[in-house]
Formats: sequence, structure tokens, C-alpha cells
Amino acid sequence: MNTAMIRQRVAFSILGLLTLAIVVPILLVIVYIVVNGAGTITWEFLTAAPRQGMKAGGIFPAIVGTILLVLGTMLFSLPLGVLSAVYLVEYAHDNLFTRMIKLSVVNLSGIPSIVYGLFGFTMFVMLLRLGTSILAGSLTLAIMSLPVIITASKEALESVPNTYREISLSLGATKWQTVRYCVLPYAIPGILTGTVLSLSRAAGETAPILFTVAAFYLPRLPHSVFDQVMALPYHLYVISTQVPNIPLSVSFATALVLVALVFLMNLVSIFLRAHYRKKRLW
Amino acid sequence: MVSEPAIQTTDLNAYFGALQVLKGINIEVRKNEILGVIGPSNSGKTTFLRALNRLNYLVRSYSQTGEIRLAGRDIKEIRDNILRKKIGIIFALPQVLPVTIFENVAYGPKVHGTTSREQVEWIVEEALKKAYLWDEVKDRLDQPAVRLSGGQQQRLCIARTLAVGPEVILYDEPCSGLDPISTAKVEDAMQQLKLDYTQILVTNNTKQASRVSERCAFFLMGELVELGPTDELFTKPRDKRTDDYITGRFG
Repeated sequence: MNTAMIRQRVAFSILGLLTLAIVVPILLVIVYIVVNGAGTITWEFLTAAPRQGMKAGGIFPAIVGTILLVLGTMLFSLPLGVLSAVYLVEYAHDNLFTRMIKLSVVNLSGIPSIVYGLFGFTMFVMLLRLGTSILAGSLTLAIMSLPVIITASKEALESVPNTYREISLSLGATKWQTVRYCVLPYAIPGILTGTVLSLSRAAGETAPILFTVAAFYLPRLPHSVFDQVMALPYHLYVISTQVPNIPLSVSFATALVLVALVFLMNLVSIFLRAHYRKKRLW
Repeated sequence: MVSEPAIQTTDLNAYFGALQVLKGINIEVRKNEILGVIGPSNSGKTTFLRALNRLNYLVRSYSQTGEIRLAGRDIKEIRDNILRKKIGIIFALPQVLPVTIFENVAYGPKVHGTTSREQVEWIVEEALKKAYLWDEVKDRLDQPAVRLSGGQQQRLCIARTLAVGPEVILYDEPCSGLDPISTAKVEDAMQQLKLDYTQILVTNNTKQASRVSERCAFFLMGELVELGPTDELFTKPRDKRTDDYITGRFG
């Protein structure tokens, strides 16, 4: 074997090990959670409200709460994020204003989540008088999700070949028709990836919902968007640290449900992505 | 008999940033003629073509002065999308959208508001027939357009342009990536289209210009050096530079 071959082998081995270093911790976390929590998951645990100060019953309200928050977040952040990206990529000229927007987007992603929580509290809960509510919590999480959605959408739009735009415009389509029919459809897979990434994060965040929506103990379902809800990450925090004498396995089971929920979201996005990829006929 | 020119440019100057790429171009394009435009690279042929339907403005640093008239009307008064409906363009490399053959041709009529399925189908069929492609693709309209050969793709592009109902068709070196047989088919299509459309053919291939065009313009470094009947331009050019280019002494 010559030296080039040996070098190649060594390089591949190092790359392989690095890949393992990413995969193994994730697998360990999942295995650990499943081993410790799966035994506690029963039909009742998933579908009943907590009883006796969370010592018995299930986590149904928290599951519903998290799903509602994710949907609410998506409702606000997806249109705003995608349209911002469309503006930045397709319409905006390069000037001071757009550079400021781009800088803000980058900076937004660097803000700690507790700051979003406090901002959401003063802005939505106090100033706009939405109260601690699903609406206030969703808006807070939406602002937190925006940078990733905008950045991913921007990249997805920029990766659509310019020739598509040129073809469309040369046939007399308007700018908006061009974006709508010749650019956006091919950017959707990338946009989906970014959206699900940031929504997954929103689903697991505790700090932004702490003061804006999350209920410590509320064993019923919300009636309107102005109600508080329980949410899985906050519930997990509460039963792990605030309430004594709750078996550890309940915490693990709650964590497992949260992870499964996020995984489910990812799965849906994978199917959607595949569906939209098929539309692009090569 | 002199009818109103299909296109007329007056003192057309074009710039990319500070660089002037067209210098005082005055051209009249007659109705239903094929005007050949020849010249070496960087002579401004493509810029001239793309000035006519304002595609140059997609480049932000572009600016132009002078006047362009389409059938007597200043194109500044025509909205971009309407202008480009009237003046279609075929690009150098066949550029198809990543959709089916049918959808490629149907795209134009759809964005211009044709909604009934039967009408769109009729337009697509007519356009494909005019572009000499119908017989080759009629049984596989729902297949991806990228599976067609290069020559078929270019004729698909012609059909796509015809489907929006233009008055003028611009060709920007349409056969530069095609083999001789495909080139011949594209040229056949152009000859047939003369009945209904005014066509401008920019080409690097002087032989193609002499085969296809009735009149020919020679561009050099942003200037229109000479414009005349194609056979005259090729046999007894008035300008020495034209002669040099045609006889291959250029360099």
C-alpha cells in the first residue's frame, strides 16, 4: 500500500470517528431516557390530567399545551419569516436599511432565551395586555424562532437557480408571479428544514414560556387563546425540582414524550420535503 | 412599400456601471424579417438584444439612454411584463423549468391569465406544432422537460415563447450548444415563423446568419458598423472591418 492510500485511510478513519462522536451522545441520551422512562408510559399517563398535586394521573394537558404552543408559534413565525426572506432575497436592494435588517436577524439568534421570555412578558403580557396566555407565549416563541426560519429560507431562496427567475420574467410574468411559481416551490424543502429545526427548539424551550404562558399546575384544557396552559418542558422542570417525592421515572417518561413529539415533527417534515422534492422534475 | 418598423432604436447607449457597451445604436427592424446580428464576443450583441425587452435591467448597475420603439410606441410606456409578453427571447443554452413538457409551455399562458384547461391545452399544442416539436413529444407531455435532448429543449423554449403570443422573437445564439441536425431543425422553425413574427437572431456563427437572415447587422465594440441585406454584407461589405471579420482575418 502506498502512502497516498495510507493517508486516505487515516483521514477516512478520523472523519468516521468524528461522525461517531456526534451520533453516539445522541443515541446514549435517547437510550437513557427510553430505558428509564418507557416503563412509566401508559395510556392513562398520556391521556389523563395530573392528580393529587402531580403525584398521580398523567400529563395530557402539558402535551396539548406544547402542541398548541408549537402550532401558535408556527402560525406567527412561518409567514413572517418566509416573507421576510422573500423580501430580502427577491426585492430588497443592498442598502443601509437591508443591511440593518440582516444584522438584526443575526443578532436575534444570539439572544439568550430568558431574555426573550422577559421581553415577551413586558411586551405581550403587560404592554399589549394579553395576559399570561397561549397568545403571548406563542408570540414570544415566534420571535425567538424567526432568525433561524429567516436564515434558512434565505438560503433556500438563494439556492434556486437564477435562470428560473430569468425564464419566468422573460415570458412576461410579474415579479410576484415569478417568486410565487418559479422560486418558492423549489425553496420549500429548505424552508421546511429551517422551520422544523426552529420549531423543535421552540417546543423544548422553558425560559420564553416561563412568564408568558406556562402554568405550574392546571389540570384542565384551555378554553381560548387567552388561557394559560401547561407545557411539557416547564412541567418537566416543575416535577424535577419544585415538587418533592415524584418518582424519577415520571420525569423520564415526560422527557420521552417531549422527545417523541419533536421526533414526530421531524418525521412529518421529512415526508413533506420528499413530497416537494418530487415536484422538481430533473 | 414601407411599413412601420417593428422595432426602432434611436441613439441607444447602454452602460454597465461606467462601462459603455452600446454606442449610439440606430436600427430599424422590419416587420416579419429575420435580422441577423453578428460580431465577435463583447461587441454588445447580447446587450442590444436584452435592451429590447429590458432584461438588462435585471443587472442593477445597468443604465441606458436613447429610445426604443416597438411598433411605433416608446417601450418606456409599456410595463415590463407586457413588453416581455410582446418581445420573447430564446436564450443561448436551452433553459427549461424543472417541470413537465406541458407545464413548461403552459406557464406563460397561465401567468397571463388563461385559466380554462381546454384553452391552455390548445395553446400548448399550437405552440409545439409551430416549433416543430409536437410530433416528437405529443405522447409524453407529462414527462420532465429536462429529459428532452438539447435540440428538443431549445425548440421547447421556442414553443414556450410562442405560447404567450409575442410580436417579436429574439434569439441569443440559440444554437451555440446544439449539433448540426438540431440546428437545422431550429432554423427550419425560424423560417416558418417568419410568416407571423419579427425575429432577431444574434449569432456567433456567420454561416448561420447567412443561411437564415435577410438583413444582417455587424456589431463591433459596442458600435453598429454596418447593416444591410445579408448577401451584400457577406459578398461586398462596405466597411473594411466587416470584411476582416467575415473573412476571418480578425484578431
